Formats: sequence, C-alpha cells, structure tokens
Amino acid sequence: MEAHVVSNLVVALLLAGAAALAIGVRRNDLWRASAVELARRRPIALGVVGVYLAVALLDSVSWVGGGDAGAGGNALDLHRPRSLIDRAFPLDLDEKSYSAPLASVEFYGGAPLDHPGRHLLGTDILGRDVLHLTLEGTRVALLVGGFTSLIVIPLALLVGVSAGYFGRRIDDVAFFVMSTLASIPNLLLLIALIMAMGRGAVQVCVAMGVTSWVGFCRIVRGETLKLRELDYVQAARALGVSEPRLIWRHILPNLMHLVVITFVLLFSGLVLFEAILSYLGIGIDGSWGQMIDQARDELARDPIIWWNLAAASSALFALILAVNFVGDAVRDVLDPRTLRERQ
Amino acid sequence: MFAFVVRRAAYGFLTLLGVLLLLFALFFLYASPHEMARRAVGEKAPPEVLEQWIANHGYDKPKLWNPEHPLDTLLVDHFRRTLSFDFGRSDADGTPITQRLREGMGPSLALAIPSFVLGLLFSVALGLFVAYFRETYIDRMGVVLCVLTMSISTLLYIIGGQFLLGKLLRWFPISGFDASPSVIVRFLMLPLLVSLADGVGGSVRFYRTVFIEEGSRDYVRTARAKGCGDLRVMTHHVLRNALIPILTRVVVAIPFLFTGSLLLESFFGIPGLGSMTVDAIHGNDFATLRAMVFIGSLLFIGAQIATDVSYTLVDPRVRLE
Repeated sequence: MEAHVVSNLVVALLLAGAAALAIGVRRNDLWRASAVELARRRPIALGVVGVYLAVALLDSVSWVGGGDAGAGGNALDLHRPRSLIDRAFPLDLDEKSYSAPLASVEFYGGAPLDHPGRHLLGTDILGRDVLHLTLEGTRVALLVGGFTSLIVIPLALLVGVSAGYFGRRIDDVAFFVMSTLASIPNLLLLIALIMAMGRGAVQVCVAMGVTSWVGFCRIVRGETLKLRELDYVQAARALGVSEPRLIWRHILPNLMHLVVITFVLLFSGLVLFEAILSYLGIGIDGSWGQMIDQARDELARDPIIWWNLAAASSALFALILAVNFVGDAVRDVLDPRTLRERQ
Repeated sequence: MFAFVVRRAAYGFLTLLGVLLLLFALFFLYASPHEMARRAVGEKAPPEVLEQWIANHGYDKPKLWNPEHPLDTLLVDHFRRTLSFDFGRSDADGTPITQRLREGMGPSLALAIPSFVLGLLFSVALGLFVAYFRETYIDRMGVVLCVLTMSISTLLYIIGGQFLLGKLLRWFPISGFDASPSVIVRFLMLPLLVSLADGVGGSVRFYRTVFIEEGSRDYVRTARAKGCGDLRVMTHHVLRNALIPILTRVVVAIPFLFTGSLLLESFFGIPGLGSMTVDAIHGNDFATLRAMVFIGSLLFIGAQIATDVSYTLVDPRVRLE
C-alpha cells in the first residue's frame, strides 16, 4: 500500500481512537472532573497543543491530483501525493535561493523573486518556503512523541504488570532486562540502536522507545506490587474472579492516571531528543531539529540568515513549553499525592 | 556492608554481561559484519574488498558456534576482549581504540568536572533560594523560569551562545581547545556557560521540590519552635536531610563526566570522548561505539553501587544489609 494511503488510514484510526477516549472520559465521573479541572487550569497551553495537533492532522491527510502546476512549477509535482497543508501553498512557490521574510528580491545578489512578498518567513538555501517547512515539521515532532509513546506505554504496562503481579521468575527476568538497559547511558544506547538498525523515522522511534520504557516500567511494577495486596483485589480474588479479568478490571484502571502523566511528561523529552539526534546526523528528515542544525552554518554567513533558525526553534519552543505546562497541570490534577496536599 | 558491596558488585557484573550480550546481538547478529563492511567501504565496493575488510577486522570467524575450535567464535572473542579492556582497532581509521580513550579522557574531564561542580552548587543554591521563598511570587516566577529554560533545545543554547558571546560580543573564542594552563580557561568558558544554562532549569525544579517536601516535616517545626532562624533551618536542617535525594541524582551523573558531553564537545571542538563518539557515528565506526557503550555502562554500574554506599555516609540511620 502506498505511504499516503497508510497515513490517511492512521489518521482515521487516531480520530476514532480519540473519539472513543473522549466518550470514555465523559462517562466516567472521576476522569470527567479531572478533564474539566485541567481545561480550567491551562486553557491557553491546551489551545496551543490543539493547534499543533490540527496542523499535524491536516498535514497527514493527502491525496494525488488536483491543483495547478502553474507557470514555473514542476509538472511532476502533480503526481505526488500532497497533504492539505501542502495544498494551502501554490505548487510553484519555490525560489532559487535565500530570501528574507516578505522580501521582493533574493537575499544574496538581489535578483528579483518569482513571488515577491509571498514568503511570510522567507525561503531557505534551496528556495523552499520556510513557513511551509515549519508547518511540515509539526507532523514529524508529534510523530516522534506520539508513535514512541505508543511503543513505550503498552510495552511498559505489559512487562511491569506481569512482573509486579506474577512475581518470581518473571519478575527476576524483567528486573534483569530493565537493569541491563538502564545501566547503559541513554544517549549511547540510542546511538548504538540506531546505528545497528539503520537511519529512518521508524528506527528512531523504536530506538527511543527501547531507551525510555524502563523508567515507566519500574513505576508500573512498583504500583502493581502495591495494588495486588490491597483489600479490594484480595476480595475480588476470593470471589473467584479470573486472573486476566482481575488485571484488566481491577489493576489496570488504577494505573491509568500514571499512563496519562507519563505520556505527557515523556512527550516533550522525546521531541527535544530528536533535535539532538538530528545534529548527530541520525535524526528524522524534515524535523525542526534538522532545520536548526542547518542554521548553524547560516549564522556564520555575513550578513546572517536568521529566519530559518528563528522559525524552527520558536515552533519547537512553543510546543515544548505548552506540553510542559499541560504536563505539570496533568500531574497536579491526577496524582493522588498532590491531591491530598491540595485538600 | 562489605557483603552488601560484594553482592551488588556481583549483580553489577551480571548486568555488564547483559550489556555485552545486547551489544553482540545488535552489532553482530542484527547488523551483520557484512553490512558493517558495506557501510564502511561503500555500497559499490567489489566483493574482494568487502572480504578483505572483514578479515582485517577479525570479523570473519563463525558467530556463535565453531565446530573445530569451540572457543574461536565472534561471541567468545567479543566477551573476552571487551572484558580485558582490549578494544582493538577503530573500524574507521584503524587507530588503537584504547590509546584514543586514554587521550580523550583528559579534555573530557577538563570540561566535565567544572561544569558538574559549578552546576551542582549553582542549582542547589538556587533551589534553596526558591524553596526559602516558597508560595511567594519569587517562587512562582522561579518555577515559570525553570519551565521556560527547560523548553529550549540544547542545540539552541549552543548555537545561540556561540553566536551571541562568541561572534557578536567576541568575549570568548567560538570553538577550539588548547590544554596549556594559560589559555585553557578561555576555551572552556563558553561551553561551561552553555552547559550551566542548559541544565539548571530541570535541576533547580527538582531540588526545589525536594527542599519543600523536606521543609514540611515535623523536625523543621521543632527547629523553628526552639528558635532557629529561617536561614539556619534551611541550611542546617533541610539541606542536610535532603542529601539523600541529592546524592541519588548526583552520583549517578558522575559517569557521564567520563563519556563526556557529546554535543558540547563536538560543537566546541574539544577533542574528548564525546567528540570521539560523534566521529564514530559519522564514520560508521562500530568498534569505537561498542567500546564507549561498554565503558559508559561500567562506570554507571560502579556509580550506582557508590550511591548506595554514600547513603550510609550522609545518613547514619541507613544500614546496608
């Protein structure tokens, strides 16, 4: 199946999942109260995150055809799948080289542009529109955070709950694997994994998943150990509830707040990490990290090119800041320890 | 306590074997020597050159099982050589890795030790300051500032620092390194400042939480009741009791002093272990990478044991069984 069809299907699945989640939250009083409290505390940060999500989603829905290649455009572009974000920009918007924001001439040399005043954030060395590139980077950033979390959370839940609940041999093995992974410095392990697997978006996400599930797994294991001894679990067991059902109905729901907290706190770290990987040459194509990395040489030019760096790093900064603020609020709302302090 | 250390060391050794096994699986089973050779000499190289490269690096043995000589396999070689600190030669340029490790340690430590010590003092002091003013606007501003500085990418700190302090204001050289004592400080100032700015937000927030949690304990109330001033309570009572969480965070960070900061070293042209790792990535140098991962893990495991032992030093109530 072609890549853009897969991406469209994933978007549909994600939207369906989000709808199911929203219904689930609405039906449960505790979760609904937490969601309302969160929205009350951090309306702006949530709004910012929502904008990023919307851009990434719009950039993930793509199809072939439509549009007009224009006078200076490449007719081949018409046969390439283009997303909704791509379609907001004309196909022949590219210039020859650098141009400043809203400029009407090229930055070096001063040759007239094909589209004077149309580049809100200027163009990069290949003449591509920086605003367009920055918007496309959103999808990469959310992919890094989201896809990696989709690896980390199920893996950590599976290993953590079985180690904590069944104990003995399973616990020993899980504990050994965790301490082995944890004893390798994070960045080195990540580099080793990517070097062995080869470069690419999926590889980077998998490698980040492998390096970051251990911390969460330890928390899950500890919490499960505590939960399985609680009276209500013992009572359920005495009533003859089967073990899979016991885990599913009585243990897992009590771990969900940890899942949400971890997800939000993990997310910003992952996106920031990708920027470092981009500098090391093992990042993901089209990410903000790559734009920032490219800008290193541009600051050494005279006069300097600043709009590329400014666009990518402010997009990154705003997303991370918003997620960090939301993350703090999520922890305050959901963590029972801080709940007690508040009352 | 001796028995405890021995037991921890034994388990640490077991973990180290696990690390080696993982490295073997990654670099010999998952990415085969053939693939490494192809990446090292180029995709279009003739097969003889590939074979030659594999033979030169000693990767031409059977991987797991050799019917004639059961011990003459890549697996045994990998374990035996790494555990005896014989890392062989670099896959990229053939230089002996052990020698380069020895050369790189000095510059790495020259950057890492000052930035570690200064960073620790600075963030503990700031953490105490913010916790002292808890629930005032100073505290709230401090927390917001921490989150702001935490949200900026390390790359941006480095690029911005080089541009602003190096290129525009010309306070420091943009990059470079010279080990002679008269100029070394000039070269280290900028990376030091950058690493301080990059790390301080997260650390201050962590220490603030620790100090505030410690500050709500009963003994603090008692100390106040007997007439201790706020400042004395903070430095003599709270700080001392908060040493355990501080140690947990600090001692585990020490091994990273040796592996060096990858980003800082390669950006500022400091020829340490971090630069070595970055070169290894760019040159597909798997042998050096394996050596770095091994050393990093070894130091990390050592530091974890040291953390446990150090608990007994700062808190007489802790007994290691």
